[in-house]
Amino acid sequence: MGVGFLEQDLRRRSFLKWSSAVAGSGALVGAALSFTGIPGVGSQKVAAAGDGMADADRTVWSACVVNCGSRCPIRLQIKDGTVARVLPDNTGDDTLFNRQIRACVRGRNMRQRIYSPDRIKAPLKRREGTERGDGQWDEISWDEAFDLFAEKLKYTIDTYGNEAIFKVYGSGVWNAHLGTSGGWGRLFNLLGGYLGYYSNYSYSQIGTITRFHYGNPDEQISNSFEDSIKHGRMLVLWGNNPQETRMSGGGLVFTSLEAAKTDGLKIVVVDPRHSDSVSLLADEWIAPRPGTDAALVAGLVHHLVSNNLHDQEFLDKYCIGFDEEHMPPGVPANASYRSYIEGKGPDGIEKTPEWASRITGVPTQVIKNFAFELAATKPVNIAQGWGPQRHANGENQARAIYLLSNVLGQVGIPGGGTGGREGYHWPLTQWFPDGENKVPVTISNFGWTDAIDRGPELTATKDGIRGADRLNVGIKFMLEYGGNMLASQHAENLKTREILRDQSKCEFICVVDNQFTGSAELADLVLPDTTTAERWDLAPSEYTGDMAYLIMCEKAIEPLYDSRPAYEMVTEISKRFGVQQEFTEGRDLEGWARYLHEEFNRKAVPGMPSFDEMKSVGVYRYVNPEGTTVALKSFRDDPAANPLATPSGKIEIFSAELYEMSQKWEFPGGDKGDRVTPLPEYVATWEGAEEAREPNAKYPIQLIGHHYKARTHSTYGNLTNLQEAHPQMVWLNHLDAADRGIADGDTVELFNDRGRVQIKAKVTPRIMPGVASLPQGAWMKVDAAGVDHGGSVNVLSRLHPAPVSKGNCQHTNLVQIKKV
Amino acid sequence: MYGFYFDQTLCNGCKACQIACKDKHDNPIGVNWRRVVEYTGGSWQVDGETARPNVFSYYTSMACNHCEDPICVTVCPTTAMTKREDGTVYVDQSKCVGCRYCEWACPYSAPQFNAQTGHMSKCDLCYDYRQTGQDPACVDACPARALDWGPIEELRAKYGDQNAFEPLPDPSITRPNLVIKPHRDAQPFGHGTGFIANRQEI
Repeated sequence: MGVGFLEQDLRRRSFLKWSSAVAGSGALVGAALSFTGIPGVGSQKVAAAGDGMADADRTVWSACVVNCGSRCPIRLQIKDGTVARVLPDNTGDDTLFNRQIRACVRGRNMRQRIYSPDRIKAPLKRREGTERGDGQWDEISWDEAFDLFAEKLKYTIDTYGNEAIFKVYGSGVWNAHLGTSGGWGRLFNLLGGYLGYYSNYSYSQIGTITRFHYGNPDEQISNSFEDSIKHGRMLVLWGNNPQETRMSGGGLVFTSLEAAKTDGLKIVVVDPRHSDSVSLLADEWIAPRPGTDAALVAGLVHHLVSNNLHDQEFLDKYCIGFDEEHMPPGVPANASYRSYIEGKGPDGIEKTPEWASRITGVPTQVIKNFAFELAATKPVNIAQGWGPQRHANGENQARAIYLLSNVLGQVGIPGGGTGGREGYHWPLTQWFPDGENKVPVTISNFGWTDAIDRGPELTATKDGIRGADRLNVGIKFMLEYGGNMLASQHAENLKTREILRDQSKCEFICVVDNQFTGSAELADLVLPDTTTAERWDLAPSEYTGDMAYLIMCEKAIEPLYDSRPAYEMVTEISKRFGVQQEFTEGRDLEGWARYLHEEFNRKAVPGMPSFDEMKSVGVYRYVNPEGTTVALKSFRDDPAANPLATPSGKIEIFSAELYEMSQKWEFPGGDKGDRVTPLPEYVATWEGAEEAREPNAKYPIQLIGHHYKARTHSTYGNLTNLQEAHPQMVWLNHLDAADRGIADGDTVELFNDRGRVQIKAKVTPRIMPGVASLPQGAWMKVDAAGVDHGGSVNVLSRLHPAPVSKGNCQHTNLVQIKKV
Repeated sequence: MYGFYFDQTLCNGCKACQIACKDKHDNPIGVNWRRVVEYTGGSWQVDGETARPNVFSYYTSMACNHCEDPICVTVCPTTAMTKREDGTVYVDQSKCVGCRYCEWACPYSAPQFNAQTGHMSKCDLCYDYRQTGQDPACVDACPARALDWGPIEELRAKYGDQNAFEPLPDPSITRPNLVIKPHRDAQPFGHGTGFIANRQEI
């Protein structure tokens, strides 16, 4: 009898005894009682300055540096040279601008990550005569590893030029001032540069399209949650789920709960899934089908305009393209947004709430009521998340949500917002300098498999190549540092794997990580990195609202096994190219941390303690000196003096640049929805909501992949404590499950033409009928038949980019689901 | 008498409490002195091409409730399960034979069998931390500040005395030292229309 049996028994017993609750439902919520008579707003207790275990040798500050958008300090208790316990932040309090930064479930499991059996123990070289992915390795010495890396790098530069070197996206070491770089970019830049990428997997579409709408080369932030708390009457979380995607207790979990507690601030959540933000924050939940947000916006705007509830004055003064009277020169008649919704545009369809209702699945009356509510409850901050834009029509989805805030005239005023993601005070502290990249060419974050597979065919107007008309050779030397893109975080995993296994295409792959990931399996050379606990670093905040901070990351323990911090690896490699002095400037990792802190951080942030003081202070907080973030305030106050960086200087609802691109860009594949539109109109796409609902659709379920508490993307995904706490399951609506004879906990197969995944089903009303969600980031476990049992959504997602961004569309997938 | 307070209006089910407990006590897989249960209900009204939700969901984080009438103590054949003077319930490892009666008796499954030691194990409200003026690990871990602890009279004075909500067991069985601030959709004990939605996790 093993633990497994006992464990199972325990769970069954728990379930049987906990209340009379039975699986299955049917009764409506209307019967639920509402309790309002309890005083107090939760624990106001400030944590005691606990020292944790009594016999620790010492306690040092470190951080969880993964790509969740937050960043949390943790305190590591050291006993006999090992990390014996993880403690939370014990500074700050429970007030809005001095909040304690309590790590979530992941950071609290750091000890298991440090001592994971998946740690890479020594440099590994793929065995001669085997293929990538065969899993046969030879341990080699560090000198052999550095020699091999340097030899392949030199060969690539000499044979193909610097454009053939690529450092693929990876976010397992995210936003640490030193660790995120690792020094790799600096080395490549010292040797002549490398092929870069623009945008990222988090927000490729919105990050690319925003410059046409607001002139911002990144996303355009909205007002902060803190600003809504202070000045707002309504907060719309549109495809925005802070309770599950920004889980730090010093960040948006805290501020969004404060927003929910604020009297007079109504919160509406728009999401096809009943997320934990819906259950905790929402006064109202609106559930559109995935990929139909732009249609919902069109229906809302139609109703606003029909009832004269739009802000015409704002549109006239600050925008172009809303109506025919405010169009850029040289474009056809009836190309304005108003013409589009009134059915005067090329498609001739009026975008009534009834029209929007059929596409989105949201009842007409709900759309009309929402429109009235938006108009009546100003100021309103429409804060969109990054879910809506991670679609095949994501550029227009993102712009449409921006547009709604324009139509309501909410830009640049306290309590209002731009329609972008909630604002923040960006950290003022300094990152490791990678230097200047002299290779001007870039591809999209998502374009690397194409650049490997058919590099010289890629062009500017067809594939979004920037800085040149086309690529010269494609990628021949690829580095993955702290990421799992090669195996399961990109798209269409099985096809990606085939592209990577062809050694005539990308000739050398090196993976640097502290866990043996699926990506490491596909490498020629694997180098064992340390975790943050085993090196010096400084970690800034990220999207944490109006409170920014810096965390000291002291080297807590010696590197495990034969691992080394990436910076030390690059230092050794730089020696082999004779650029060690230029690379290190005479500093080791701690030296760089100290230098950046003393030279930059202390000058940039008033009151910042010294490097040595930070070792005991741990976390230093600082707030936005201008108060709460009101995005584009100067533009609103004086648009003539502070124009936007668009051609007109105004918000461009119709973009003449996009209009020009719509004429020039090529889409030889002819996939449905692959087009550029100058307006943020609704575009039905390949594998979209409409295709799913076609009669006799082969793949009738829209599959999305929400961010999961167990992991940040794939980081932490291999740790048993987190797998136990949050097992990988596919969320399936109870109506769809009943149609298929599937019960909660059954193993089901999700499949389409790209792959098959077998995983347990979570049968729940918490997701829209016709929609399923397989939480993204799970580590793929493919059997001999090619079936994944790990539950990686990217087995099923498509290796096909969005039209303008050329970015990833990971929420646009159609599948069928059956019981196994 | 000490107890816990839990605020359902703040918990997003992240389980930092569970992991903080597990990290502190080195508990293996299958042993979780603190667990989080998801209770969900409702349905969708599908009308032609539209669908309207009427759905609720909320979490309850639960450890040992250090009950007034600890049935685990009553049933223990070896007197290993004991109430301390401060009212907290603990299991004396030197006396426990791992028969698991307590586990079967406790409506919360708070005592859990540790196969590595062969004994029962359970939450002792972080006795060692309390001796040095610290909060229990789970309380200080919660990113949402949903947990509190203290003398039960103080908790009740501060937060009220409610704790009879689905999907928790009937509080009259053991009289738990527990105060809950209910989620707006919380359903009173015995009147639930929902179901435990994360059976695998508890």
